[in-house]
Amino acid sequence: MKKAAWNLEPQRPAFSRALVALGNTRKDVVVASADLSSSVGTAAFAQEFPERHYNFGIAEQNMISACAGLASTGKVVFASSFAIFCTGRVYDQIRQSVCYPRLNVKIVATHAGITVGGDGATHQMIEDLALMRALPNMTVVVPADAPETEKAILAAAEYDGPVYIRMGRANVPVCTSGKDCQDFEIGKATLMREGDDVTLVGTGIMVAKCLEAAEELAKHQVSARVINLSTIKPLDEKILVKAARETGCMVTAEEHSVVMGMGAAVALVLVENAHVPMRRVGIPDSFGESGEPEELMQKYGLTVDNIVDAAHDVIKRRGR
Amino acid sequence: MENQVSEERIKEIEGVARKVRRHIIQMVYTAGSGHPGGSLSATDIMVSLYFGVMNHKPEDPKWPDRDRFVLSKGHAAPALYACLAESGYFPVEELKTFRVIGSRLQGHPDMRKTPGVEASTGSEGQGLSMGLGMALAGKLDRRPYTVYVMVGDGENDCGQIWEAAMAASFFKVDNLIAIIDRNMLQLDGPTHKIMSIEPLADKWRAFGWNVLEANGHSIAELLEMINKAKHTKGMPSIIIAHTIKGKGVSFMEGAVGFHGKVPSEEQYKKAMEELKEADA
Repeated sequence: MKKAAWNLEPQRPAFSRALVALGNTRKDVVVASADLSSSVGTAAFAQEFPERHYNFGIAEQNMISACAGLASTGKVVFASSFAIFCTGRVYDQIRQSVCYPRLNVKIVATHAGITVGGDGATHQMIEDLALMRALPNMTVVVPADAPETEKAILAAAEYDGPVYIRMGRANVPVCTSGKDCQDFEIGKATLMREGDDVTLVGTGIMVAKCLEAAEELAKHQVSARVINLSTIKPLDEKILVKAARETGCMVTAEEHSVVMGMGAAVALVLVENAHVPMRRVGIPDSFGESGEPEELMQKYGLTVDNIVDAAHDVIKRRGR
Repeated sequence: MENQVSEERIKEIEGVARKVRRHIIQMVYTAGSGHPGGSLSATDIMVSLYFGVMNHKPEDPKWPDRDRFVLSKGHAAPALYACLAESGYFPVEELKTFRVIGSRLQGHPDMRKTPGVEASTGSEGQGLSMGLGMALAGKLDRRPYTVYVMVGDGENDCGQIWEAAMAASFFKVDNLIAIIDRNMLQLDGPTHKIMSIEPLADKWRAFGWNVLEANGHSIAELLEMINKAKHTKGMPSIIIAHTIKGKGVSFMEGAVGFHGKVPSEEQYKKAMEELKEADA
C-alpha cells in the first residue's frame, strides 16, 4: 500500500521545549533525571535552570521518592527516564511515595515500546501501561505525536496529582495538528476521523497507523472511525461506548503488550457497556528483541495491514 | 533550642516520653495489632525532636517554614501519633481509633489523612529519599527549616537508603539530619544475624556524612547531638542512636517477639503498671 505522506518529528524535543517553557512561566516546576538527561530531553531545562534540575545518577528509586519529598513542599516535579527504568524498576516507590499520597510528580517515560529497536528486550518496555494504570490516583497519558506531547506536558503541570506520560524514541508522524483536531485535554479522547462501519482506537504511535488503515479501508468502501485515545486512565468511556454502539465493532492498536494494556482497558468498558466484536492489535504476550523499529513492528504485528485485517475480521463477525 | 537545655526541661520531656509510651501500649493493645517494640525504642528520640528541638506549629500543620519529621520506619506509627497528639495536632482521645476502619490513624503513617504527618511511609527504605527531597526544596527556596528522618537499623539493609545517602552528601544538604534507631533487632532476629550492617558508622562516614552517636534513651545526650548536627555545615548529619527495642517495658526490652506482637491482657496490665510507676 501507498504510505501516507507524513511529516515525521521526534517527541523528545517537544517534551524538552515544553519543560523549558514551564521553567520560564512557573517557578514551582523542578525536574529530576537519572543519568539520562541528554537522552530523554531534560538537559535543556538543566542548562536553563540548573538550580531547579537534579540529576540523581543511576538511582531511580531514590529519584522517585526524593521527587515525592520535593512535591510535598509544593513543587511540581517532572521526573524523566527511559520507560524501562521509571516504571517496573520503581513500581513500589511510585506506589508508596507518589500515588498513595497523591503527590504532584509527573513521570515522563521515553524510549517506551519495541521501537527502541537495537537495544533489545531488556530496554523495550511493553508492560508499563499495565503497571501504571493499575495504580490508584495515577493518570496515564500517551501522546500520539510531538505536538500532542508538548500539550500533554503543559497539561500535566496544571493537573493536580501524579501523571505518567509515555513516549517513544523514534520519529513519529505528526497527525494531531490538522485543522479538524480538537484541543488536547487529559481524560478526553479525540475523534480523528468520522466513520460508520468500524472504529479504530489508537494510542501513541499507533494513531497514525490507524489513520492510514482507515485510508486503506476506504478503498474497500469501509468507512472507519478513528479515535486517538491519548489518556489511558481515566478512560473516556463516553466516546468509546458511543463509537461501539454506532459502528458495531472495534479494533484497538497499541505499541504495548496485549496483556492489560490500552486494548484490555477498552475491552472491559465494552464488556460492561456495549457488546460488540473487538480485536486488539498489540504485542503478543512475549518479550521483544533487537532489530530496526520497522522490522520489529512487522514481526510483532503492529502494521497498518494488521489493523486492516483486524477491521475486516470484526466487521465480518458483527454480521451486518 | 539553643546549646543549654535546663534540667527541668529535660525532666519535662522525660515525662512526655512516659506518656507516649503508655499511649503506645494502649494503642497497640486496643487495636489488637501494631508494632510496640520499635515504637518504644524510638520514643525518646521522637519526643526529643517534637518537644525539645523542632520548630513547628501544631495549630498550623502546613506552615511552610516548619521543621519536618519523616518516620522512615513507618511501623513505629504509634510513637509518632502519640507525639503528634501530645503536641496538639489532634485530640489525644483519637489515639484509640488507631487501625480502626475509617480512622485518620492508619496502621502506617498517611500524610493525607493525619495532621502533622509529613510523609506516607511503611514500605521500608523510602523515607530518607523523601526527606532528601524536602531538604532540597528547603535549600532551593532558602527556607530555614531542618528535615529530620528516623531510619530503622533494619532499613540499612535496603539499597535505596544508600542511594539516598550518596545523593544527600553529593547535594550537601546540611538541613537534613537522619537518626538511626539502632535497637539491634529486626523482625526475624538480631540485626547481625539477619544481615550484617556493621561497621555502620564507617559506612555512613564513607558516604560523606557527619556521623554522631548517642544513647538513644538519654534526652540530654540526644538534644546535645542533634544540636551538634544542626551546626554542622556543608554535609548531612546522622546520629546513630543506641536504643533498646521495647524500652520501658521490662518483658519487651530486647525481645524479638514484640516487633509486631500485641501484649496479652495480663502483659498489658503489667506494662501499664511499669510505665505508671516510672511516672511517680
